[in-house]
Amino acid sequence: MFEDVFAPEKVEEAWLIIQTQFPTAIWETVYVTILSTLFAVVIGLPLGVLLVTGDKNGVLPLPSWLMQTLNVIINLLRSVPFLILMIMVFPLTRAIVGTVVGTTATIVPLVIAAFPFVARLTESSLREVNPNIIEMAQSMGASPLQIIAKVMIPESVPSLLSNATIAITTVLGYSAMSGILGGGGLGKIAINYGYYRYKDLIMIAAVILLIVLVQLFQTVGTKLAVSSDKRLKR
Amino acid sequence: MIEIQKLSKTFTTADGSVEALKNVSLSIPDGDIFGIIGMSGAGKSTLVRCINLLERPSEGSVVIDGVDLGGLTEKQLRERRREIAMIFQGFNLLMQRNCLRNVCFPLELAGMNRGEARKKALELLETVGLKDKAKAYPAQLSGGQQQRVAIARALATHPKVLLCDEATSALDPNTTNSILELIQHINETTGITVIVITHQMSVVEKICRHVAILDGGEVAEQGEVSEVFSRPQSAAAKRLVYPESDLPAVQTFEGRLLRVLFNGAQAAHTPLITRMAAQKGIEASILYASTKSIGDKAYGLMLLGLPDDDDTVNTAKEYLTQTQGIIAEEVTDGV
Repeated sequence: MFEDVFAPEKVEEAWLIIQTQFPTAIWETVYVTILSTLFAVVIGLPLGVLLVTGDKNGVLPLPSWLMQTLNVIINLLRSVPFLILMIMVFPLTRAIVGTVVGTTATIVPLVIAAFPFVARLTESSLREVNPNIIEMAQSMGASPLQIIAKVMIPESVPSLLSNATIAITTVLGYSAMSGILGGGGLGKIAINYGYYRYKDLIMIAAVILLIVLVQLFQTVGTKLAVSSDKRLKR
Repeated sequence: MIEIQKLSKTFTTADGSVEALKNVSLSIPDGDIFGIIGMSGAGKSTLVRCINLLERPSEGSVVIDGVDLGGLTEKQLRERRREIAMIFQGFNLLMQRNCLRNVCFPLELAGMNRGEARKKALELLETVGLKDKAKAYPAQLSGGQQQRVAIARALATHPKVLLCDEATSALDPNTTNSILELIQHINETTGITVIVITHQMSVVEKICRHVAILDGGEVAEQGEVSEVFSRPQSAAAKRLVYPESDLPAVQTFEGRLLRVLFNGAQAAHTPLITRMAAQKGIEASILYASTKSIGDKAYGLMLLGLPDDDDTVNTAKEYLTQTQGIIAEEVTDGV
């Protein structure tokens, strides 16, 4: 079978498509991933903070019905499979972007899928902060907002960075999936050429590039997380 | 002046309620170094957290310089807390900030501008002898150094009170001493009131002027350190002061027991018991002894076993009390 896949004329054809289509596709994937993650962080990070501080024993307790509602919404959004979610938010996408196809249009469902995830990741990062340090800040007369801004978030930066890396790689995976429903980027190429037109080589090339991107994000993210952690300084 | 009035604290847990503090009343004069000592679970940490209201008491009040903290709004309470600094067993430094910025932390909270805060912080680091570590991160310091940074940080807002919650319990004896000396020095130079929470007798002995012994959430005994430690009255105090005096040798001894208290007696270089044997012919067995010499003076306690005979007991008592600073009493149940 490999003789079929790697037949000279197929390799030549694939190489042509790779040269013409891939640069744009890579750019689209990277741009959608980074932008979506960024928006997801803008919404998810404050929510994650609320999930921790609004707790009964948190620094800024909120009414329990509010906390429960927040938790239910986050869990709901997280349990809907991404492709279904993408279809469900078509009306919203159309309202915001004007269309439901194309690279920019996928940012809407990606953000909606990713922000609850980011909120949970933020929550787990902030819960790692030593409660004694929060008590110390309280004993010095810190207000809840000061505790959040000067203690909880700065103290969990390394953990937040490594969780941001998890978020960005997950969003990258979703963005590739979005290719099946009109999204752009490497996912679209893999599906359109590889799945619909049986050009296995193109699919393999697209997948390899996705793997390389994940590796790249992960390596950079881990490096940043480790180098930002002052506990590891010797 | 810190007045703790009839303070009680009850925690409600899944398995019922726990009375951590029962009707605790203490008054701590300004400029004092006041020790609160007790075994684990005696309620020490809860008590210290009630002083700055990190823990809300169930009953009773904490009055500092005439102001009842319980009656303040959240905002007023936060202002007040800047006057009540606290250092902890685990140091609780911000691990992602360097030492200088750790000391700046309370100043930032109080709204001081960056440049001024830095200048102030450097001065404070110098006071605790760590100016050269300003740029180092807590993880790069030893435990003793971390506690020094924590002390510098605690002093940044010129507090009137310093609460030390087991501040030396995680440190080795030498480091403990140097930290205690630092605290004592700060007390002498600034007149800050220090409240020391500890389970270590040595800490109280070394720096405190007054002490309260906490047992099962209640104050078992309180007073001047020399008084409480030389003549412990309550069972809890005796357990703390003479931890090994419950020995079987004491329990099973058949005869009479004489408790000999050395309260600064000029006896450090005198072979007192041997001399008593030689001069009076009294053969005493030392059932328990916990004494130490400071200069030529002896402090501590000894439990002598004597034959069951009134004359012998009286002679021994007389002989021993001839030396000044020795109190000898017959006891029936150990110390």
